[in-house]
Amino acid sequence: MIYDQARWRRTEEPVYEPLSAEKAERTVDLDDRDVPLPDELTRDEVTLPRLSEPELARHYTRLSQMTYGVDSGPYPLGSCTMKYNPKFTEDVAADPAGLIHPHRGDETTQGTLELCGRLQDYLARIGGMDAVTLQPPAGAAGEFTGIRIAANYHDHRGESHRDEVIVPDTAHGTNFASAALAGYDVIELPSGDDGRIDLSALEAATSDRTAALMLTNPNTLGLFERDIETIAATVHDAGGLLYYDGANLNALLGRARPGDMGFDIMHYNVHKTFATPHGGGGPGAGPVGVTEDLQPFLPTPHIRETGDGFETYEPAQSIGKVHGFCGNWLVLIKAFAYIARLGDPGLADTSAKAVLNANYLGSQLDMEIPHEPYHHEFVASAGDKDAAEVAKAMLDHGVHPPTTKWPDIVREALMTEPTESENRDTLDQLARAFNTVAAGDEDDFADAPRRTSARRIDQVAAARDVRLSWHDVEFE
Amino acid sequence: MAHETDGSPFTPHAPEETAAMLEAVGVQTEDELFDIPDAVAFDDSFGIDQRTEREIREECAELFGRNDELIEFLGRGHYGHYIPSVVDDVAGRSEFLTSYTQYQPEIAQGFLQALFEYQSMFVELTGLPVVNCSSYDAAAALGEAATMATRLRGVDGDRVLVPEAMVPGRRSVLENYLAGTDVSIEAYPFADGTVDVDGLRDQVDADTLFVYLENPTVYGTIEPAVVEVCELADDHDALATLGTDPVAMGLLAEPASQGVDVVIGDAASLGLPTSHGMGLGLFATRDTFLRQVPGRLVGATTDDDGRRAYTLTLQTREQHIRRERATSNICTNQAWVGLRTAMHLTWLGADGLVDLASECVELAAELAARLDEIEGVTAPVYEAHHFREFVARTDASAKSVADALVGAGYAVHVLDDDHLQMCVTELTADAIDGLVKAFEEATA
Ligand SMILES: Cc1ncc(COP(=O)(O)O)c(C=O)c1O
Repeated sequence: MIYDQARWRRTEEPVYEPLSAEKAERTVDLDDRDVPLPDELTRDEVTLPRLSEPELARHYTRLSQMTYGVDSGPYPLGSCTMKYNPKFTEDVAADPAGLIHPHRGDETTQGTLELCGRLQDYLARIGGMDAVTLQPPAGAAGEFTGIRIAANYHDHRGESHRDEVIVPDTAHGTNFASAALAGYDVIELPSGDDGRIDLSALEAATSDRTAALMLTNPNTLGLFERDIETIAATVHDAGGLLYYDGANLNALLGRARPGDMGFDIMHYNVHKTFATPHGGGGPGAGPVGVTEDLQPFLPTPHIRETGDGFETYEPAQSIGKVHGFCGNWLVLIKAFAYIARLGDPGLADTSAKAVLNANYLGSQLDMEIPHEPYHHEFVASAGDKDAAEVAKAMLDHGVHPPTTKWPDIVREALMTEPTESENRDTLDQLARAFNTVAAGDEDDFADAPRRTSARRIDQVAAARDVRLSWHDVEFE
Repeated sequence: MAHETDGSPFTPHAPEETAAMLEAVGVQTEDELFDIPDAVAFDDSFGIDQRTEREIREECAELFGRNDELIEFLGRGHYGHYIPSVVDDVAGRSEFLTSYTQYQPEIAQGFLQALFEYQSMFVELTGLPVVNCSSYDAAAALGEAATMATRLRGVDGDRVLVPEAMVPGRRSVLENYLAGTDVSIEAYPFADGTVDVDGLRDQVDADTLFVYLENPTVYGTIEPAVVEVCELADDHDALATLGTDPVAMGLLAEPASQGVDVVIGDAASLGLPTSHGMGLGLFATRDTFLRQVPGRLVGATTDDDGRRAYTLTLQTREQHIRRERATSNICTNQAWVGLRTAMHLTWLGADGLVDLASECVELAAELAARLDEIEGVTAPVYEAHHFREFVARTDASAKSVADALVGAGYAVHVLDDDHLQMCVTELTADAIDGLVKAFEEATA
């Protein structure tokens, strides 16, 4: 497959699509305007781009054409679950009757509260948890919420001395950062040779200082932590809690639940597992599920069903708030609609096809995949080649490359997650892209990509001469 | 028609295709691919019924229909303005919606440029040269600003000062962000609906790390003492952080020129309708703090053809590289909301923004004056210029007035036994007459 991405460019100037302000700008001098505030409270002037609506529509349409999304082609970005985002969920979320202000009384928002209540219930069932908060606005925010819950739980039991959170070396960067943000010392756990938790290393790392272990399962190599019961017992026996990073839940839908594995706290990554669009970086949502013992620590307000409807309340030992209001509501509606569309059979089919697709793709690659058996994703090794260069070369094949160089226990890692959305033909195209590049000469990669909206981008110059706005750019 | 399966409508596999793939992998069924010990396998069902697209749309419409239809005169940190159709339409293009973080800038130039334009417009409005391309919401941005302060050289102390009256929710989020540090939070007083500068002066000292203020304040008053507050902070090597709003910035004094070190705010008051509190965390600061900034930054550079191009930059600050020493734990952010906000701002242009901001001042004044004419009602309570919202006092119980207003189809904030707060924008301007009439009846 070959892909020529739209490349708008000015022949007369060294730019692609010019910046909006470069096209036209206008400055309003407030002295010239009859503004309703005295001078000492106001600014002198405002300068913004001046684009008519037709120009605006064209400008941003061109920018969209210079952007690759899941609807453009396969996007096997490992750990990110770039699955198809159903369109109807956008319409559901856009219903004006759902677009309410968060400070209305509960009696006047029963519909919204019931939808939240039902989503909490769905998520609790899917994760095997007793209660779920919808407030955290992304996965990392869910991690932070979960670790704050763990901290308050330990404090409440007079165990404030627990000051360590254990994180495997293969974990996502947010796990380390969230634990550190919550004030914990992060203990990095080296993986065993098989890519899983090394039980003796875990034994050695746990102590009465352990507040929690954060774990992804399947882990970031796609491997199921088969010893999960022993892992849970080890952490629990030491008085710690088990935190589940839900980034890889897509692999387990309807087949295993974190709650049944002994996890006490988990986040759901709805922009991965539940198909809400990633929006060029966000918004997502990261609801957090907990066991009954931890329910009193959930963020406020929490939503619960009463005899005659739904209400918000403050849980007895609430950690307080983790979002200014109620979280990323528009995203949560889409997740609800998606789960309802799938139901039990669709959820189970999702994990089946996600795992089948990864295994099929893996079987078609002429590359080493050191760790098996993998589930929804695998990590191939680019061997002697630089994984980042392999990714650049893949861009010309009409595919988004995999996640590169993580986890670093695999040499030149290519973390690949095709998701359930792709059919065999697309997976074959994807395999061809991998194999063509793998067979290629790395010296040729320096010139890649050739067919994308821009050619190879100079990252070093961007970091050396930092220019973060058009005020630092010479207009053409 | 999309093929109906017993499974997911979003898995494209025809049965014969599945069979061929299973064969290629060397198994009989998908189940064999799962390496899950029996002891933790789930073999029950969730009891979640599969519904059709149409059924779900009807189900959600029915649910939302149970929300009372109220005209909302509500604000206090969450605002909606009229959103032009071009924003919904073009931002809804699937390349924007279905892409993710721009790890491969060569195929993501469009989104990167849009984010660069977002950063640029907020550099213009705040006067501060560094704007990240998003925190979750204003509350998270405030938390990020405070934790940033703990890492800065030349800024020290172990106390954060916040106004006794601030947008609800923000303080609690801030407490969570600071829970992992030795920094404590203390409130400084308000007098007459704005900062009590003398009170603040008594509190701020060498141990102060960070002073937070809002303009407009949570009461909608326009803060006249921003410069003095920033000077007080500066005198004690504390960081001055201002919470503000993109529309208000179209009119209010430029934060950087007032001495503000960090601007935070909810930028989704442009770009998103009221969405049950969903927001867009604006974060802007001085370039001396560049290396300590949380979140993603888009920078300009060039490509191999020598043309200007854009890329995520200074990523060594971020969690995927720096892990527990990162400047923030944020990964997924609010980029698409930022795109919408940038489009909305561009659609307004400088004239449109100044007009909209002016309207927010005029409408608040108009509604307050109308209510003030009612016997037993004082509005606004605070003598100040107001933006979008204001506090009113009623002789009658505020709660009973608010309940009566709900009965008449209007929502307002109840602050305490005798204070209400109301917010008005161009979206609710036509409902002013109705609200005033209902108010008269409720207080009669
Ligand atoms: C394994 C893993 N954990 C956590 C996260 C963080 O989630 P989010 O980006 O939603 O904050 C990610 C996402 O990128 C991830 O891949």
